[in-house]
This record gives sequence, structure tokens and C-alpha cells, in this order.
Amino acid sequence: MTTNYLLKRVDFIFKNENDWEVILSKSINRAPQELINELISSELKGRGGAGFPTGLKWKLSAEAVNAIKYVICNADEGEPGTFKDREILSRVPFKVLTAMAVCGHVIGAKEGYIYLRGEYHFLRPELNKAIVEFEYYCKEIKFDFSIKIFMGSGAYICGEETALFESMEGKRGEPRNKPPFPSTSGYMGKPTVINNVETLAHTFTIFKYGAKRFYDLGVQYSRGSKLFSVSGDTPKPGIYELELGMSLEDFVEEFGDGDTKAVQVGGASGFLVPRKRFHETAIGFQGKLTGISLPTGGSMMLFNSSRSMFNVLDNYLEFFREESCGQCTPCRVGCQQLLKGIKAVKRGEKNAQYLDKLLRLTETMQYTAKCGLGQSVANSFSSIVENFREEMIY
Amino acid sequence: MITKDEVCKVHAMTEEEKYALLKNVINDYDRKESNLIQILHMAQAIFGYLPVEVQHYIADQMELSVSKVNSVLTFYSFFSTQPKGKYTVSICLGTACYVRGGREVLNKLKDVLGIDVGVTTDDKMFSLSVMRCIGACGLAPAMTVNSKVYKQVNPNKIHRILGMLK
Repeated sequence: MTTNYLLKRVDFIFKNENDWEVILSKSINRAPQELINELISSELKGRGGAGFPTGLKWKLSAEAVNAIKYVICNADEGEPGTFKDREILSRVPFKVLTAMAVCGHVIGAKEGYIYLRGEYHFLRPELNKAIVEFEYYCKEIKFDFSIKIFMGSGAYICGEETALFESMEGKRGEPRNKPPFPSTSGYMGKPTVINNVETLAHTFTIFKYGAKRFYDLGVQYSRGSKLFSVSGDTPKPGIYELELGMSLEDFVEEFGDGDTKAVQVGGASGFLVPRKRFHETAIGFQGKLTGISLPTGGSMMLFNSSRSMFNVLDNYLEFFREESCGQCTPCRVGCQQLLKGIKAVKRGEKNAQYLDKLLRLTETMQYTAKCGLGQSVANSFSSIVENFREEMIY
Repeated sequence: MITKDEVCKVHAMTEEEKYALLKNVINDYDRKESNLIQILHMAQAIFGYLPVEVQHYIADQMELSVSKVNSVLTFYSFFSTQPKGKYTVSICLGTACYVRGGREVLNKLKDVLGIDVGVTTDDKMFSLSVMRCIGACGLAPAMTVNSKVYKQVNPNKIHRILGMLK
């Protein structure tokens, strides 16, 4: 193993969880408002990729008036190149369960669900055992909270929160219109907090060590640490917990193979950053760091100069075409036309200017698609086409 | 609730027994529409796939329209309306696997098995499918046979992997 100090490694998430009983008992004896304030001052943002402030999410659901509320852990990890949630659930499941129960205490929910990606069914037996032990302890301390697993059935779109609710209600996983937002009308129309697996694990850290320990990591607008799934052309693929706000140049220095030509940040719905922009790119949420700053669900895929960017884009578009739920026209037709379009340009049936037409189409999709899937096709499409235009044509 | 052992027994069951078991499952789930997906999962475990007759049966039992049942099951890639072989061979075409040669492995599989994606061999041994990222990106390209994952496969390894199964 080589040691490299360019990036600050953090060890919170996978640190042992032996004290979950203590954290749970302590937390549920604190006032909900106090816990919400703790989360708000930590500035934790959702780790699934969208980056919504977690404290605010819990606050809104806590304020919603309803006898029945739900806590849902979104474990429908489907973004290509992301595999962090699987590791969290298999290595530190009690952190996630504890965080769900604390959330239940805060918002006033008695039921929690883990929406587990269908492909991760092998995690289910161990996770079930953990839940049994967890619920047993809850009974012991007379805290009323139960957790069930709901298995996904193989649809990327169900990671979108409202599509996930539809799926849990036994329907096609088609996203709903927002508003209403889940905090007032989520699963079964009840107020629901839905958080990514990693977000919940971070709340455990915050309740254990206090908001300051978390806030002290990272940079303005992007506090704390985050798990990154590193793959592609790298000598050390795997999962790393790193401080937010790092520069992509440092990241490539540490994880690249010396010949990195581009990095896809955030999976198929994220952005491709070419080598010339590594130095001005920071990984975090809409900060005003240097140059651009990228939100990310944590997928970091490195490509070296032997890779064809046309193939990469072709693969992404095929993925989107396949996974588009088909409900709204911009996404359903848009994905098909983009895929057809780049193939036609490559074959020489359309001239290079046709790419500009396609870029305008992605812009339209960004404005008019109903959910994040259709809206984010533009991210990878425009960042690849604009930076590697010649590879699209020749 | 139906257990895993019971599912293992279904292979020896007659059609009538299978339908009786499915009826129990539907009752266990209170015939509630919100449990439709779980019921479909169990039905697929019992029958191996979800043919039109089974869809009709579920719709009748739950007092739903057949089109409703069909629209839900065709939305999710886990449900199949075609019978599957003993082994389902799936190759990951997520981006990491794709750029590291997943496509070549798929072509080799098509060659060796003599079938296209979504098809089952005549001897009902193998079905071929493609899947999206399974999170084995660090060990790309990956393929699975039923639930076993094979990592860093290449076209030359295919014969050996399939040979071990036969």
C-alpha cells in the first residue's frame, strides 16, 4: 500500500458500530428540536446526489401534522459506478437502523422501510438478522419502532423518491409531480422522510460526536466527508471516505494511472471532466470554490487515453433509453433520438453540426422532463460532446 | 407466509398445487393492491416465470384488471413473461464493465450458447440477459450465473465457466 497525503482520508462511516445501543438510547431521550438543530448546524446534505439539507428535510416532516408518518431508507443504489451503499449495509447496518429509529423519534414515525435494490437480494438475510436484533432492543427500551425491507424489482428510476413510493405501493415506478413533496405527502400519501443509506450513516456520526466534528470537515457549502466509489482505469478501485471540497487534480494524482484523460463524476447522470479542467474542479455541492464545483452521489470513474468517449456516451444513452420510465415525452423520445443521433453522426449520415441540434434537445429535456432522470441526461451528454467533439465525429 | 423451503419444493408440484400455493400467497398478502409487487415476486418463484394464465389468475383473485397486473410486471426487469433456463447468464453492461470489454464477453456468450439476449437455449439450460451496473465496477467486467458473480471475465474464460455448469 502506498501512502499519499494529498487527500484527507476520513474514517467515520466504517468505524465500528458497537455502541449503537448507547447512541440510540441517548438520542431518543433528547428533544426532537434539539436533534434537528444538531443536524442543521452540521450542514449535512443528502448523499444520494441531490444534496438537499438533511436537517431541513427532517424538520419539514416533523412539522407536518399526521398520526401516521414513515421513515424510508433509499437503498436502491443504481447509478452506474456506485457501490457504497451496499458496503454500508453489509458492514455497518446498525448505524443505518439506529439513524432510521432516531429519525422516527424526531418526526413521530413508528414504521421504517428499507427499499433494497433487487440486485442486492444477497444482503437480505444478514440485514434481516440485524433488524430482528435491533427491534428486540427497541422493545427492551420500550421504544416503538419497526423496520421492514422492501425489495426493488430492477428499475433504475425507482431510486427517484416519488417513483420509489409508487413502487412500494405496488404500482409502476413512475415519478409523481412535485409538489407535494415527500415531507408532507410521501409513501401512502403520508409525511415521509426518505434518505439515502449514506446520509443516514452520517447522521449516526453527528449524533455520536456532535455537529462540530462533522462541520469541521470539508469546505463552505460542502461540509463533512463522503464515500467515493472509485472505478475505471485506476490501480486502486474501491470505496474511500474523503473530505469534501477536494480538487479533482489531487484526486487524479492519487487514483489515476498516470494517463487519465477524463473523469466521470456522479455516474451516468453526472458530468465528464476533461484533463484540462481537473485543476479548476472541486468536488462538493454548489460552492463557489475555484471554477466549477460538482455535486456527486460518489461515483468517480476514471478513463485513460485508450478509451473512446463515443463508446462511453453511447453506453450512457443506451442506459437512459432503457431506464426511462416512458411517462413523459421529453425523456422517452429524447433519449431515443439522442442515441440515434450520435450513431448517425458517427456513421457520417449526419454532419457535425447535427451535434449542436442534439445539444439543444438535451437543453429542452433539462427544462421539460418530469424528473431527475430526463433532466440530467444533459449533464453527461453536453460535457462529453463539448469536450470530445472530434471523438464523436471521427 | 411462504418460506424459502417451500419455494424449493415447487419444482415437484403439479400445476394445481402451484395455483393453490399462489392463492395462499395472495391471501397472506391480504389481496391488497399495494402488495402486488411482492405477490408477483412470489408467483415468479413458484412458476419460474409469469405467463399470461398466471397474470389472469392473479388479476381475478385480486379483483384487478389484467392490464393493470401486466403493466406493473412489464415495468420491472426482474419479472419475465418467458420461461427461463436452469442457469441465467447475465453480463453487466454498466459503464465500467462496458469500457473494459463487457460487449466482447457478451458477443462470445451469444456465440457459444447460440442464442440472443432474452432467449433460452432449446435444452432449457441457459438463458442470456444483460444487466445494468451491479456495483462490481472495481472488478470489471463482471457477469453472473444465477446469483453467483464472476469477476474480471474475458471471452477466453467463457468456455470454462459454462463448462463447469454443464
